[in-house]
Order: sequence, then C-alpha cells, then structure tokens
Amino acid sequence: MRSNLGFFSDEKFRSIFFQTLVVGLFALGLFFVISTTSYNLEKRNIATGWSFLQNPAGFDISFSPFLEFKSTDTHLKVYFVGVLNTLLVSITGCIAATILGFILGIVRLSSNWLLSRLVYIYVEFSRNVPLLLQIILWYSILIQLPRVKQSLQVLDVFYISNRGLYSPRPIFESGFSYVLIAIVLALISSFLINRWAKKRQDKTGQQFPVFSSSIGLIFIVPLILFFILGSPLSFEHPELKGFNFKGGLVIRPEFIAMFLALSIYTAAFISEIVRAGIMSVSKGQREASAAIGLKQTWIMRLIIIPQALRVIVPPLTSQYLNLTKNSSLGIAVGYADLVHGFGGISLNQTGQAIECMAIVMATYLSISLTISFFMNIYNRSIQFKEK
Amino acid sequence: MNEMNEVRKPPVATTGIIGWLRINLFFNWTNSLITLFVIYCLYQFIPWILDWTIFSADFKYNYLGEQITNQEMCSRNLDPENGGACWAVIYVRFYQFIYGFYPKVEVWRVNIAYAMLALALLPLLYAKLPYRKYFLYFTYIFPVIAYFLLNGGLGFTEVSTNKWGGLLVTLVLGCTGIALAFPIGIMLALGRRSKLPVISMMCTLFIEFIRGVPLITLLFFGMVMLPLFLPEGIDMDGLVRVLVAVTLFQSAYMAEVIRGGLQAIPPGQYEAAKSLGMSYWRMNLLIILPQAIRISIPPIVNTSIGLFKDTTLVIIVGILDLLGIGRGTLADTNWLGLSYEIYFFVSLVFFIFTFGMSRYSLYLEKKLKTGINMGAD
Repeated sequence: MRSNLGFFSDEKFRSIFFQTLVVGLFALGLFFVISTTSYNLEKRNIATGWSFLQNPAGFDISFSPFLEFKSTDTHLKVYFVGVLNTLLVSITGCIAATILGFILGIVRLSSNWLLSRLVYIYVEFSRNVPLLLQIILWYSILIQLPRVKQSLQVLDVFYISNRGLYSPRPIFESGFSYVLIAIVLALISSFLINRWAKKRQDKTGQQFPVFSSSIGLIFIVPLILFFILGSPLSFEHPELKGFNFKGGLVIRPEFIAMFLALSIYTAAFISEIVRAGIMSVSKGQREASAAIGLKQTWIMRLIIIPQALRVIVPPLTSQYLNLTKNSSLGIAVGYADLVHGFGGISLNQTGQAIECMAIVMATYLSISLTISFFMNIYNRSIQFKEK
Repeated sequence: MNEMNEVRKPPVATTGIIGWLRINLFFNWTNSLITLFVIYCLYQFIPWILDWTIFSADFKYNYLGEQITNQEMCSRNLDPENGGACWAVIYVRFYQFIYGFYPKVEVWRVNIAYAMLALALLPLLYAKLPYRKYFLYFTYIFPVIAYFLLNGGLGFTEVSTNKWGGLLVTLVLGCTGIALAFPIGIMLALGRRSKLPVISMMCTLFIEFIRGVPLITLLFFGMVMLPLFLPEGIDMDGLVRVLVAVTLFQSAYMAEVIRGGLQAIPPGQYEAAKSLGMSYWRMNLLIILPQAIRISIPPIVNTSIGLFKDTTLVIIVGILDLLGIGRGTLADTNWLGLSYEIYFFVSLVFFIFTFGMSRYSLYLEKKLKTGINMGAD
C-alpha cells in the first residue's frame, strides 16, 4: 500500500534529502559566520590577509638554537623558529619517553616485587597529575638553582645555573666533513652487512658477528680517520663575563623543563603500553623458545619483543601524537614554540587572530598526519605477514 | 630398597611470609642485591619526605606558636636549619582554593551544589542503588538546578563567573565538558559510521581535525576567534567560551571511544533489529547504543580523566582554576617562594580525583569481563 508519504519512505530519496538538508544548513551557517566576521573585523579595524608575515616582529626570542633571530626579523621567521622549537622538544621528548617507557615497562614486570611496586607508584603519580602542573613544577625547580655566579660545575666544562645548562659548543673545522661522510658510509655498509648475514644464515645456518662488526665500522673507522686528519674539531668553552656566560652552547631552563616533564609524563603511559604488550605474548611462546634452548636474552629479543611490538605500536603512535600536541603547553613557561611564539606574541602584536590560529592549527595537523603516516608504515612492516 | 628410603630434604618453602619473601624479593643473588639497594634508598628517602611534609611542617602555627599569616613567619624561613613544609598557606587560602572569589555570604550555594553533585553522581557510579530510577531523575535535572544555584537567577543574587575560581571552576569545566560531550560524541560516532557519504565525511573531518590540534589552540580559538564569529550584542562569558572549546575537544575524543564500542557490536544485532522492522533511530537507541556504551564505559572514563587533567589549560587563557589560584597565591608577596607546598597540594587534589576515577574504571572493566559475554555467535 502506498501512503501519501510514499516518496519519503524511499530510502534513496530520503538519503539525498537529508544530505542536501545538512549541506544546506552547513552552508547557511558558514555564510552567516563569514559575513558577521568580516563585518566585525571591519568594525574593529583589524587588517586581513597575509602581508603581516613580512612585517618585522619587534620582539626577541631567547631560545632559538637553529636559526639566528633578531627583533628586526619578520613574523614569518618567528613561525619557522616556533616550528623548529616545537619539533625539537617533540622529537627529543619522544626519544627519551620511548627509552624510559620501555625500561620502566620491563622493570614493572620484573620478578622483584619491590622494584615493580616502585615503578607502579611512579606510573600512577605521573599519569594522574596534570601535565601542565608538572611542567610548571619542573620549571619552578630549575629556576631555583643557584645564580650564574655560583653556578654548579660538572666535569669542569658544564655549568648549571638558573639561566640553564651551559656546555662547550663544538666547532667543526674543514676536515670534519670527511668524518661525517665516513660515519654515513659505515651506517650504510653495516646495514648491508646485516642483510647479507641474515640471508646467509637463512641459507647455511652460519652466523656472522653483525653487532660487533657494525660497532667497529661505525665508531672505530671514523675515529681513526678523525685522528689521521688531525682532530678537526674544537670546542668553544663558555666563559663567565659580567653577569652571564659568553660563548658555548646554552640550553635554557624552559626547554629542560618541557623536555623533562613531557618525557617523564609520556614515559608513564608508554610503560603501561609496553607492559600490556609483553603480557599479551602467551606464556607458551616463552616456554617453547626455552625448550629449544634459546638464551634468556635471545628469547626477549627474537621471540617476545617482535610479537609484543604488534600490540605496542598502535597505542605508541597515539602517545607520540599526544606528546607533540602537549608540547604546545610550552606557553606556560615561556618556551618559544609554535603556540607561544607565533600563536601568542605575533598574534597579540598583529591582532590577526584568524590568520595566526589557522596557520598554527594547519601546522599541528600536518605534523600529526606526518607522524601517523610514518608510524602506519612501520606498523605495517611489523604485522603478521601471511605467506 | 633401603637405599631408596634415604631422607630427602623438605622442599624450600614457597608459601607463607618466608616463601613470599623468597620468591618476590630474594629469588637469586642479583634480585637480593636489587632489593637491598632499593630498601637502602627508601630508608634514606622516606624519613626525609615524612619529616618535611609532616613532622617538622607548620600547619597553622610556626615553631614559636604564632599563627602564620605570611611566608616570613614560616618556621623554615625563620630558621632554615629546621622546619619543613609550610602548609599554613593552604590553610589561609583554603577558601580561594575551593571557591575562588565567590562572595562569602553566598557560599552556601556552592556547598549545596557540591553536595548535590555527589548525589547526582551516585546513581551513575553505583548501579545497584535502591530507587536508582528516582535518583536518575534528579541527575537529569541537576545541571539546571546547579546553573541557577551557582550563577544566580530565580531569586538568587547573580554571581558573575569572573568571581568563580579554584576547585569550583575545575569541577564545572570537567563535569559540564564530560556531560555535554557525551551526547555530541554519540551523534558524531553514529554520523561517522553513517551510510550517507556527506554526513560521514563531515563527521570524520570534524573528529580528525579536533584530534589533530592541541587543546590550547582550541582554547585560543574560543577566546580570540569566537567573539569575531558572533554578531554584535551577543557577548559571551569567558567561562562559556572556554566551555565551548573544551566540549568540542572532548566530544571528538568521546566519539572515537564510542565508535570503538559500536564496532564491537556483532552485525547480527543490527540484522536482528532490522528484521523486526525497527527504524534507524529505534535500532540504535534500543538495541545498539545500550550495548555499545556499556562496553565502552571504561575508555569513556579514561578520556574523562584526560579531560579533567586538561582543564588546567584554561589558566593559559586567564581563567583561575585550582592551578590558577595556586599560581596567583605564589605571585602574592605574602606567600612568595612557597611553590613546593602549593604545587604539592594542587597535585594531591587532582590525584585524588583522577586516581579515584581510574580505580573506578578498573573496577568496571573487571565487572564487565565477568558479566555479559559479547559473543558473535
């Protein structure tokens, strides 16, 4: 029986109707927002467009390890300094968090009750206290270090004070590029040796000391070359002049606080992921590999870890993404990252909120997408390969 | 046969306290060494921390017996040799930590709201509560009551939100964010799985966009850009602007969690519901969502913990939550230099809430595992 609403019960018609409705409402909303925004901008005399990127910034950035930054530089350069600082703290943080997280995850599973309880307490405390609070706490500890004049001296070359960590700056002389080339060549050849040795072992069962030969290639060959070339590397030591150190490499407390807080906070999450991953490998795997006479360290390296990684990598990816996004909290301690430098000071100076926020958001989105892309490739490479 | 009857040593104890110690702490040489080392470290550390936090700490009076009103009167500032933490700062500023700058005459309203919040959460947390249905009715109307209680109206004097602060703001942000994000998250999750390509694409784009940017950029968006989007005359309250950002953020995460639950529902459930002639909404509301939400409660609690911690970010846009009040106190010359005490206290408050929530989520996970079996048969 066809009712007079018959055309409405037609699934195809209904789907088109609803979708058109949604698109229409969305377009209407967008039109409304754009028109009110342009009216508001005009009323408040806020400039639009991208020309502000070429204007001089007029402020200084205290921490810019890769690019030289002066207050006469443009806002575009502020953006690049911000991106580099965000990437710097994210990448170093991810590496440190992974190492610490794996160690803690394995220790948490140790048969020593006391040790595993200690890690448990650490994990619970650092997971359950807001990250922002931890960043601020680390920063407040670091700036209570002694003043520059009374700075702590470590190994005669490092100076620790409330202005940061001062260390010698390496100066590369002309011959150093050969050493770098040697290191790259050694890395490539040890990779090739590894492949060749694996193939040979699959075929003949003979083993080759891959690890020690790679170490020899990577460290000893460039080192010999380094001395043959007459050590083309010198250090510029920091010297106390007046109220501050001159020269040398300085790592600011803002960076150290961000680095410590991000890596310690994320390591707690990673250690739980690692623990769950290792526990997901069934007991029979361990027993079977012990039964065929594998050494304890080999069981971990060849049997447990590769299987655990399948479980570990997807949540690990989201931890890396979280850490990168959390690096935006640098604004709380004045770390000149993307949000603080470009999204904060530049935005306030130019007043062009929409443009600045759009750039910042787009940059974070592309960083997030890049991390997911590479981690997905890695994830695919370690999943079960059905033959 | 006699040789066989030789006396054998009894097996090493594996039960009782000694057995437990042997297995867990002194299994072999390295294990014993590690245990001894850890015990030594704890022996060094624990007395020191107990002494600092409790035994030589000032709570209200310093060691001279005077009531502490500023940092100069703390024992540790009078005599650096002895004296530990100076908790008097928490004692003096306790009101601000809990209520912000809420007028003292009206503070009973906040207290009632706190008590009602506990009552409203009770039926959600405890499924076997007697008369749960009636308690749930109260839970549904609680947000309306709380709004009038805290903000004013209906005979109450108005207290503008810039007087709110401390734990009050933290709880308002956390609870409202979670409560509003829940229905929006369900809609987004259903939208993302929808067969209508336009709706699915729009929901996916929204979710992935929000999840790809840090919360702080959304807060900036709420603070600086939202006023530009609205027509003149509509002046949004600062707290509301932040709430919009927090809710958008949380609903994207909630949507992904609920989508995970939806994906775990076996297709037979959809087919059975459809074969009974149920419409899309009926099928989802009566059959699919109750099951999907049930299995996604533990991850929902986990994202809620995340949001609760993330509410601290509002201090960056100038709203004084618990951490904001702490920082404000530190900037006061009367309480300069007491950062460890203040941060310790704020951490402790957050820890109590988040640790409680995570325990609760573990308890639910255990209960669900032993409860229904979601077999695909």
